[in-house]
Amino acid sequence: MSEKIVTLSDATFDEHVKASDVPVLVDFWAEWCGPCKMIAPVLEEIAEEQTGKLQIGKLNIDDNLDVTRRYDVMSIPTLILFKDGEPKARLVGAKAKGQLLQEISEYL
Amino acid sequence: MSEQRKILIAGSGPAGLTAALYSARAQLSPLVVEGEPSSTSDQPGGQLMMTTDVENYPGFPAGVMGPELMIAMRAQASRFGAEMVTDKVTRFDLSASPFGVWLGDPEAAEPTYLAEALIIATGARSLMLGVPGEDRLLGYGVSTCATCDGFFHKDSQIAVVGGGDSALEEALFLTRFADKVTLVHRRDELRASRIMQDRARANPTIEFRWNSQVTAVLGDRKVTGLAAVDTVTGEESEIGVTGLFVAIGHEPNTGVLAGQLTLKDNGYITTFGGTKTSVEGVFACGDVQDDYYRQAVTSAGSGCMAAIDAERWLEKRGS
Repeated sequence: MSEKIVTLSDATFDEHVKASDVPVLVDFWAEWCGPCKMIAPVLEEIAEEQTGKLQIGKLNIDDNLDVTRRYDVMSIPTLILFKDGEPKARLVGAKAKGQLLQEISEYL
Repeated sequence: MSEQRKILIAGSGPAGLTAALYSARAQLSPLVVEGEPSSTSDQPGGQLMMTTDVENYPGFPAGVMGPELMIAMRAQASRFGAEMVTDKVTRFDLSASPFGVWLGDPEAAEPTYLAEALIIATGARSLMLGVPGEDRLLGYGVSTCATCDGFFHKDSQIAVVGGGDSALEEALFLTRFADKVTLVHRRDELRASRIMQDRARANPTIEFRWNSQVTAVLGDRKVTGLAAVDTVTGEESEIGVTGLFVAIGHEPNTGVLAGQLTLKDNGYITTFGGTKTSVEGVFACGDVQDDYYRQAVTSAGSGCMAAIDAERWLEKRGS
C-alpha cells in the first residue's frame, strides 16, 4: 500500500479526520469484498496524484464497527469525503477513477 | 494514430481471460480491455467479483472465492504476455477489419485501437427492479452485492427478490447474518436447480413469499420495508425488512454493439459455428452470447473456443 495512504481505526479516526488540514477520502472496506479490491489500485493512484490536496484513509469495517456505524455505512465499498471533519460527499460502490474524482471535485 | 493489434479482447471475466490466455500462448499479443471498477456492470473480472464461494469450478475440491479465481486467471493470462487496459470500450466500428475500438471519448475522430480480430466478452449485468425507492436507497439497505453487504445485516430481517440459482445462493449466503431471509418471488415455483432448491427449503431461516411482486422500496434514510402486491389476488401488503437484495436475472452488455452485429431478440449476441458472429473476424464468448448455461466454466470454455477461432481466422487470411 502507498505510504501516502493512512490506515484509520476507531481509535485514530477523529484525530486523523477531524484534525486534517486537507479533505480526507475514507475508504470503508473489508478483506472479503471483491469490489473493494478493484478500487484499491485506483485509490493508490489518487493518493499519489493528489498529495497535499487530498488525504486517502482506509478503514477496515470488520475491525472498526464504531466508525462504520456512526456513518451508517451499509454497503461496501463506500467512500466518504470529509472536509473540516464533516462528511460532505458519499460514494457507494466501486467506481472508475474519472467518475470518482468528478464526484468529489467540488471539495478539493 | 490508432495503435494496431492482432487481437483485442473486450471483457475480462472467465471468457475474456481464457481467450487472452490462449491467444497469448499463441503469440498473438492480445490486448484486453478489462473494464473499469463498478459494482453493477463493467467491473474487471466480471460477475464473479461479486461472489464468494464458487463450488462448481472444476479443479477446486474445497471451492474457491470468486475474486481469487479471477485474480488468478488474470495473472495466468498476464504471465504469457496478455496486456491489460483498465478501461471500457465506448464505441466499436465493425464495418471492416481492422476494427475500430474507442476508449474514452466515443466522438474522437480516430479510434484508440485497431484490431484485426476482435473477441467480444463483455458479459452480462444484473437487472434491477426499477421501482420507486430502489435507486435512492442503494447503499442504505438496497444492495447489488450480497457478499459485500451481508455483513451489515446481522440479526436483522431482509428480503431477496428472485427465483433462480443466484437468488437462492444469495438467500443462503445471507442466512449467515440475518435472522430471517424472505425470498420474494413473482410466481409460485422456482426456476433454480434442484440442489439449490433443496438447500433453501431445508434452511429454517429462509421464508418463501410466493406470487409477490415488489412495487416500492420504503424508507426515508434507510430501508424500512417493501411494498408488494400479490400477483394472483392483487392484494397489497408491506414486508418489514431493513435490507433488500435483488437477484432477478441479467441482461447482456451489448449496448455499444447495437446495429453492428446480429443480436437475438433478448439482446444477446447471435453466434454460430463455434464463436463466430454475423461479422467476419468478430468472435463472441461468455455470457454476452449465452442466455442459457451462464456458468463460469462454460464461459471459460467458450473463451478458449473464441481464441482458437480467431487464431485460425487470422491464419487463413494470412495475417
